[in-house]
Amino acid sequence: MRKDGRKLEETRPITAKAGVIKNADGSAMFQIGDTIAYAAVYGPRELYPKFLQDPTKGVLRCKYNMMPFSGSGERVKPGPSRRSVEISLVTEKALLPVLNLEEFPNAVVDVFIELPQTDAGTRCAGICAAAIALADAGIAMRDLVSAVSVGKVNEQIMVDLNYDEESTEGEVADIPVAFMPKTDKITLLQMDGEITKEELVKALEMGKIACKEIYEIQKATLKEKYSGESDEE
Amino acid sequence: MKNEKKAHLLRFLERNKRFDGRKLDEFRKIEVQTGISRNAEGSALVKFGETMIMAGVKMSVEKPYPDTPEEGNLMVGAELSPIASPEFESGPPGAEAVELARVIDRGIRESKAIDTKQLCLEKGEKVWNTAIDLVTINASGNLIDAGALAALAAIKDTKLPKYEDKQIDYKKRTDKQLPIKKLPIAVTVYKVGPYMIVDPDAEEEEVAETRLTVTSSEGKISALQKGNEYPLTIEEVEKMITIGLEKAKELQKHIR
Repeated sequence: MRKDGRKLEETRPITAKAGVIKNADGSAMFQIGDTIAYAAVYGPRELYPKFLQDPTKGVLRCKYNMMPFSGSGERVKPGPSRRSVEISLVTEKALLPVLNLEEFPNAVVDVFIELPQTDAGTRCAGICAAAIALADAGIAMRDLVSAVSVGKVNEQIMVDLNYDEESTEGEVADIPVAFMPKTDKITLLQMDGEITKEELVKALEMGKIACKEIYEIQKATLKEKYSGESDEE
Repeated sequence: MKNEKKAHLLRFLERNKRFDGRKLDEFRKIEVQTGISRNAEGSALVKFGETMIMAGVKMSVEKPYPDTPEEGNLMVGAELSPIASPEFESGPPGAEAVELARVIDRGIRESKAIDTKQLCLEKGEKVWNTAIDLVTINASGNLIDAGALAALAAIKDTKLPKYEDKQIDYKKRTDKQLPIKKLPIAVTVYKVGPYMIVDPDAEEEEVAETRLTVTSSEGKISALQKGNEYPLTIEEVEKMITIGLEKAKELQKHIR
């Protein structure tokens, strides 16, 4: 049992909604515990400046941003930080394998992720929201991408660490991981802390199962939007 | 394109109608939700129709400005996040974002909405700093009024964190609220041809010639901002202020 009553393999409660930002071509909100991510997709649209264009395929651009008031401590200075730039980059790489960008030469698909409230696991929540938003934008995808953090706290391997667990004194390993749920292939893997190879494999196996559950929620979210829309129109 | 759109809108306004059926001085459906970010000391999400903007307050303890050694500091920031519109780009805040922040800042500062004298901890050394940040979620017209209302809702929602031994404990929040004396409401009146409208959607905003933001509380004006290059007569300004003051009463009802 964990401090908040969860089992080791249990994620925090998840809610998600597609189509929350009207101006975007696709959008989603993804909340896991107290971490909330909004994602919007704009594009495919023409990429400027032109020298950035690739005539063989489209470009994916991700921007991850924590709102200035979203953190538990001091105000987060607005604008990109080294941390947010890196997270934007790994988010891009986590999503790329499911996209068929050859269909959009010279174009860009922009994914913007904003976090109004954070409690660890923000890059994973951002990726989950972004995957729903990309599907909502009608962009052809081979699979969705589902992400969760796994890790080791107080000698125990667990999924979806919250801030409290992540900041526990002593040995903590925090491992954000993303899967393509249909093939169980990993598209994001980072870690900080200390862990043995055996423990890591165990953690990844737990992450794989948690991502399957997240995948079901993502699919249900999309289904809900599109069944709702057909009623309206 | 723009001219055609404008001509089309003018034909509607002639009949005292908007594209979406509203009257000229009618706001879209307004929703105010507070406590949307638990890590912020105060927060709010405001919707004007499809326009969505979030505001959050972070409190910190800092040195006061030399000219106001016994007063708390105030700062308003705004981000036109590219999440909110295909027109917004990533990067440092542009002139539009800076204007948005400054118009809202002036409304709160000049009306003395927050009694900053009560936010002094140690004269000349330590005062509370109130940082209000706005982030657009969906930009669909009239960000100034929606942003100003979100800022107000967020400061009303604020509970100070615990401050002990010259340290803030962000995990512990007290029951102490910000000393709020006034509720400065921003109403931006837009001019399209001979007509005055409030709360334009994105299309209407695009074709409006000019705008005047009137920030007031209890009938007293605390800030004005004329936008765009199109000139106004004194009579027009007077008319716009009348509308601004009148509509402020209506908007204030959304702040509790």
